[in-house]
Amino acid sequence: MSAIAVNNLRKSFGKGTSRKDALKNVRFEIAEGSMTALIGPDGAGKTTLLRLLAGILQPDAGALQVLGHALPEEALPLQAQIGYMPQRFGLYENLTVEENLTLFADLHNIPEDRRKPRFDELLTMTALGPFRARRAGKLSGGMKQKLGLACTLIHPPKVLLLDEASVGVDPISRRELWSIIHRQVIHEKVTVLLSTAYMDEAERCDHVLLLHEGEILAQGSPADLVAPMQGHSFLLQEAAMTPRALQSQVARLPDVVDTAIQGDGLRIVIKTLDPLPLPPDPAVQGQLKPVPARLEDAFVSLLFNRNPHRSIPLPPAAKAAAHDAAVVEVKSLYRYFGSFAAVKDVSFSVHKGEIFGLLGANGAGKSTTFRMLCGLLPASSGTLRVAGADLRTGEAAARARIGYVSQKFSLYGALSVQQNLSFFATVYGLHRRRKRDRIGWALEELELKDYIAVNAADLPLGYKQRLALACALMHEPSILFLDEPTSGVDPLARREFWARVNALAQGGTTCLVTTHFMEEAEYCDRLVLMSLGEVLAEGSPTEIKGRVRRADRPNPSMEDAFISLIEEHEHVSRRAS
Amino acid sequence: MRATIPRVLALVVKELLALLRDPASRAVLIGPPIIQLIVFGYAATFELKHVPFVVYNQDQGQLSRKLVARFAGAPSFDLVRFVHDQRAIEQSINDKSALMAMDIGPNFSADLERGRPAHVQIVLDGRDSNTAAIAMGYVESIVARFNQAQVAQHGMRPPPAVLLDRAWFNPNLDSRWFIVPGICGILTLLVGMLTTGLSVAREREMGTFDQLLVTPMPPAEILLGKALPGFLVGTAEGTLIILMAIFWFHVPFTGSLIALYIGLLCFLFASVGIGLMISSLAVTQQQGLLGVFLFMVPAIVLSGFATPIANMPQAVQYITLLDPLRYFLIVLRGSFLEGGGIALFWPQYWPLITIGLFSMIVAGNLFRKRLA
Repeated sequence: MSAIAVNNLRKSFGKGTSRKDALKNVRFEIAEGSMTALIGPDGAGKTTLLRLLAGILQPDAGALQVLGHALPEEALPLQAQIGYMPQRFGLYENLTVEENLTLFADLHNIPEDRRKPRFDELLTMTALGPFRARRAGKLSGGMKQKLGLACTLIHPPKVLLLDEASVGVDPISRRELWSIIHRQVIHEKVTVLLSTAYMDEAERCDHVLLLHEGEILAQGSPADLVAPMQGHSFLLQEAAMTPRALQSQVARLPDVVDTAIQGDGLRIVIKTLDPLPLPPDPAVQGQLKPVPARLEDAFVSLLFNRNPHRSIPLPPAAKAAAHDAAVVEVKSLYRYFGSFAAVKDVSFSVHKGEIFGLLGANGAGKSTTFRMLCGLLPASSGTLRVAGADLRTGEAAARARIGYVSQKFSLYGALSVQQNLSFFATVYGLHRRRKRDRIGWALEELELKDYIAVNAADLPLGYKQRLALACALMHEPSILFLDEPTSGVDPLARREFWARVNALAQGGTTCLVTTHFMEEAEYCDRLVLMSLGEVLAEGSPTEIKGRVRRADRPNPSMEDAFISLIEEHEHVSRRAS
Repeated sequence: MRATIPRVLALVVKELLALLRDPASRAVLIGPPIIQLIVFGYAATFELKHVPFVVYNQDQGQLSRKLVARFAGAPSFDLVRFVHDQRAIEQSINDKSALMAMDIGPNFSADLERGRPAHVQIVLDGRDSNTAAIAMGYVESIVARFNQAQVAQHGMRPPPAVLLDRAWFNPNLDSRWFIVPGICGILTLLVGMLTTGLSVAREREMGTFDQLLVTPMPPAEILLGKALPGFLVGTAEGTLIILMAIFWFHVPFTGSLIALYIGLLCFLFASVGIGLMISSLAVTQQQGLLGVFLFMVPAIVLSGFATPIANMPQAVQYITLLDPLRYFLIVLRGSFLEGGGIALFWPQYWPLITIGLFSMIVAGNLFRKRLA
């Protein structure tokens, strides 16, 4: 019997002409005791679907059944049997871990005698036992998320709906969360439906639903979805060119669906099963060997088939200057908020024309470091130089050398694309001819022409990202700061974005990027791995991964590296104390 | 310097576009002020009309009926009913079916016929002291007119002193003439403070403020760019309300427009300064809004909008000196009713400029400290 059955579901938001379908013709069934992943870009309708299944939203049309209850009529009896964890779980920050659990037990009418064993079980499972008396507000991001999950599991539910439970959480907590969820399915026969941005999580589920613009683009087991892609993926190695230069060459070929840098090679996905004709340039020639397909390949190729038009920014004519001069220098940087050290003894330097990454989970201190570099926040101690100046104390004019794309692409929502561009151009001191040229460049290069009169607030997320990038590039800065530029953006837009950053770096612009996606480390020339305000490692992706290479793990991923480095670091600090 | 002007101008244009293109903030800017002007203009009046009253007339004569007729015929009073005992008077006041009761003694007409003073008792509902006092004034003037008529009719000796009242500037003592110019001040303050008080907080919330701070614009330019829209919107809104006062409410404008607009600009300087102070402290729009209203309510009460400052305790009177609205109300009422000019208003201008300068400097410092 199926635990969840959805038929011809439709839900739309808005009024009049701006009414948009968030979900249409959605039809699927989920077997009892199975685990299903809901994947798709931001705005695809994942959250709406989960909210409808939790009985908090009313569908416009279609039939919804969860555990035999028809929704929305029987929402109340159903809600006693399901657990729904929204993206931002409503923990009471001023209550302790135990008080939060008690509160949710009260809300679910759990009898007194059943509480203690359940609490103990949940606290052991989440390893939150030692923190029973700590306030929820004082927990780390990963611990909060685990507590949220524990509160959701309190009754215990028969169906578990999780909305991006692991986004932005550090890899260790992510693994822990995953094992808790997995145990619910194996031992307690709970039916799980979870939305996720991580393909590796989806790959481990029984069933995958790919949602795009409110429609189900594909569904099936991960193996079923990947099967048609087998034989389309290759790894190009040992070419004379750097993988990044290689990528910009190969990505332009007509049959190439996707390219991704992987270590010192380039992973290529092609449309046909024929061998890939490489460009005649001898520097491109290398060893091309087939590799197994991944779920992500299927995802990207499905999106690609739907929307084959894709722009690949051409690398600029000017070649990068010698990578020597350090344009950003950070030495023993500290930042305290009260007694809490958000950034501890961080040092690194960035050379001209480099793509430099700051990687880490939410709360690792990436954004704080960024804000100090941009002069938005004073450092507690340490030295900072950006293009030879401290942006905080230096002259305002020094800020003209940098461009900044903030988290969530902050733009003036009530202003149109054209007005946003014009405003930032003037603020950066561009006039008449140059201003016109740069705005024209931005509209052309970032393909914003069709949206010229649209308010920034109404743009799709991918276009918001482009507009934010355009505004930051108006004055052709020599250093570009990008704070979480890829979070929430679909894989195609993410690839496009990285291709643009790549082109900028080749033109000599230094790019500093923060991200919590470990696999995006591959796009960086060099990076620092941060955790809890400290730098765990610095170097090129290959160097960092090389540090954790072992006989039983010849090809560690960046996530593997991150986890071993944290464990190693904790080991060292424990021994030191 | 050459870079400053276009940058500030761009920020001002952006601010105005953000205000006017967003339907929500456009509505906030235009809707509530007009609604308030209409509501205040029509609803807030010190005049009493249709005060319900009951009569317990124990007298059988003609004169008592004449007196009652004068009350019943006056627009200020509405005769609810005649009652027939003392208890009924008590009851009608208690259950608020009447605000006033007239108790005419049994010998009223007879006493008057004989040329002796006669007594009428007026019972008022003191729970609403303000209304009761105003009603009492009306009663006195109706009774005085009744007496005059009696005197004239019977050829009696007139009373030794006769009061002739003439109200200057507002001959009919129309309270709307007093209130509507006051509302111009309140609404201009509200709009000036809302536009500036929320603008920085809105950007902080959206994250665009960081975007602004990493541009080569120095903080002083940002502050200037945030202040100017407040002036523009405040002046436009003030003008609209002044026009409505003149052409809709027919409040006579007797003074000099130049003097009024100098006052308006000085007043906006002070309000925008205070708005910026709130802005530099508030992190969210909610905090900004709360700050604006935390300032607005005492500012209105202490301004002399409804109750005269001279009636306030001395200590409170000193506090009113910090209230910009106090000064602008004098300019407004002076311009509308007194025909005042620039020379007359100078004592109001300079405190406004002082408050404005002070708050701008504080806002600038807070702003810098907040960034540090």
